[in-house]
Amino acid sequence: MWSKKELPSRASGQGQDSPMKDDAFVLRVEDIHKKFGTNEVLKGVSFNVRKGETIVFIGPSGTGKSTLLRCINQLTIPEKGRVWLHDDEVTNSGPKISYFRQKIGMVFQNFYLFDHLTAVRNVEIALLKVKKMDPESARRQALYELEQVGMKGWADHYPAELSGGQAQRVSIARALAMDPEVILFDEPTSALDPELTREVLEVMKKLAKSGMTMLVVSHEMGFAASVANQIIFMENGNIVEQGPPDALLYDPAYVRTRKFVGQFADLTQRKD
Amino acid sequence: MDVTSILAEWTPYLIGGISLTLGLVAIALGIGVALGLPFALVQVYGPRPAKAAISAYAWFFRGLPVLVLLFLFYFGIFPAMGLDLPAFFVGAVVLGLRGAAYQSQIFRGAIQSINEGQMIAALSLGMTRLTAIKSIILPQSLRIALPGWSNEYPEILTDSAICYAIGVAELLTRTSQIVAVTYVTMPIYLCCALIFILLNYAGMRVIHVVEKRVAIPGFGAGAG
Amino acid sequence: MEPAGFITDILIPALSQGLVVTLQLIVLSAPFGLLLGIGISLGRQYGGKNLSNICKLYVIFIKGCPLLLLLFILYFGLPSVGITLTAFAASVIGFILCNAAYNSEYIRGAILSVKDGQTIAAQALGMTKWQVIREVVLPQALRRAIPGLSNEFIYLIKYSSLAYMLTVIELSGAGKLVATKYFAYNEVFIAVGIVYLALVTFTTVAVHYLEKRVAVPGMIH
Repeated sequence: MWSKKELPSRASGQGQDSPMKDDAFVLRVEDIHKKFGTNEVLKGVSFNVRKGETIVFIGPSGTGKSTLLRCINQLTIPEKGRVWLHDDEVTNSGPKISYFRQKIGMVFQNFYLFDHLTAVRNVEIALLKVKKMDPESARRQALYELEQVGMKGWADHYPAELSGGQAQRVSIARALAMDPEVILFDEPTSALDPELTREVLEVMKKLAKSGMTMLVVSHEMGFAASVANQIIFMENGNIVEQGPPDALLYDPAYVRTRKFVGQFADLTQRKD
Repeated sequence: MDVTSILAEWTPYLIGGISLTLGLVAIALGIGVALGLPFALVQVYGPRPAKAAISAYAWFFRGLPVLVLLFLFYFGIFPAMGLDLPAFFVGAVVLGLRGAAYQSQIFRGAIQSINEGQMIAALSLGMTRLTAIKSIILPQSLRIALPGWSNEYPEILTDSAICYAIGVAELLTRTSQIVAVTYVTMPIYLCCALIFILLNYAGMRVIHVVEKRVAIPGFGAGAG
Repeated sequence: MEPAGFITDILIPALSQGLVVTLQLIVLSAPFGLLLGIGISLGRQYGGKNLSNICKLYVIFIKGCPLLLLLFILYFGLPSVGITLTAFAASVIGFILCNAAYNSEYIRGAILSVKDGQTIAAQALGMTKWQVIREVVLPQALRRAIPGLSNEFIYLIKYSSLAYMLTVIELSGAGKLVATKYFAYNEVFIAVGIVYLALVTFTTVAVHYLEKRVAVPGMIH
């Protein structure tokens, strides 16, 4: 599924003023700071994302994970720090931000489907209004994306007529339709019952396997253990520890990480 | 001469009055939406001074009696601007400007009732704020505003009769003229009241049909 | 004509006299508008089928009929059936009838919002139907109806200007006479407007205060 182009071997870059230039990275996030009032939510967060990688952010609530995702596509403007997509700076990009937001898709905890539009219209509206596609191709692509998430049969239903899991799958299709290079998932299953959670995680797993680059804020440790290439543990606006699941979930270097991961012991049992 | 034949004789004249009344209402509603909607958008998304200006506008037009507004514009403001406008036009404009003050509040409430996630999701897809307002926020808020907005129709319809005071030949003015000529009072007044009530009812039916046609499951008046 | 003299010697005295008449119209109409409104809402809610239908028709008639037409009926129409009213009396009666119809809608809505359980609980204590209405339902309903009722009161302030159409020289009428005589429409009607804005704004603030005073903890309006 998702006939995305295979890993492009990008020619050596032209990024002039990037201190950490490395063409293997799709996305680079550099020293992000964000305050809400006097509350410093992000205290200088940096990390890099390789093409096709799935990074899962874990950590206690209120540690700035969701804010971090919103800083990446500039829905929240950080006070300090920069974000790069390949060699182009996403931060301070002015009107070009529209282009970056198409390339960096986002899926929200509460779906945020457009309530007045059917499922298929939800997926095609940005194709029409942002990509200026002709209505026929937009409809064709929208239906294709819905098919990918198993929602084609619900194309003409309104958000109010969908279950939470169905709505979240439509919202994934909506993000995919823009042909993004990275998708940000902001607690995509936190608002869902366990059984609905499963259907959404299935779609996300398939998406990861197809080579999509994904940043996921989630409390689903099972998903993190089985799908993530990297797990980033955040606390109090900082990255505490970062590494592959094996290391981070089963052999964390820091006590704080161990304590947090320990709460989910049953979910992360190593299946030997 | 009995009442029925008087009414029959004056029917065309009354119909002319009905059409002027409906003309007043239609123009006033048109102006009300054309101004009220942008005013509401400014009040939600606009810069602070513009918000304050709209609030002051609404305070002024909502605080004054229709009669005083009609006198002020018909005898004062328009002539002072060098405009010699027909009473019908002044009446329609005043009802419209006043309607815009009320409707801007209705639309503003509707826009503000929309979950901010709708705007965030639209921006996340690369839409500009303007596109998001046009394609996402307005279609939703207009549906939400419709039930509240529909109350504007009976209000403007009954207020339109106050244009009698500046001599617009609408339904009430013509009714009074017929009364003055024929010396038949109660039956003709009651007939006029009945016409207003029927116009009210008919208009609400039309709005109801529109409400049903634009209804969306789980959305707006139909559900939470 | 010297402007300062016009304002102090002519405009202010004329508008003051007009304002007194406007206040008389409001003060005489509002209490009866409220009482009749309560009566109609109770008739509609608790009256028999006939009374309920009469109240309903009454509300439909008043809400559909322009207030100015109602005033004409009372002042110019009633003499033909042998009832002659002064312009002032016709105006007050018209305002009461109109105000009551709209008030009754708010009160009825508020009555419907009082939970059934309370009525049953009151009946279980042995209260008669009338006692339940008076002791339990109305005190809550009237509190809940305050925002709507005060809205109608503000409408009454503004629509009291229509009495001028029956030759009652209230505030806007006094303004009209001065404006026509001295050909100073803008100045006069802006002055008249300021008085109405002051009345309406003062009422809005006062109502806000009243709402806080009668608020009961845990009861949402």
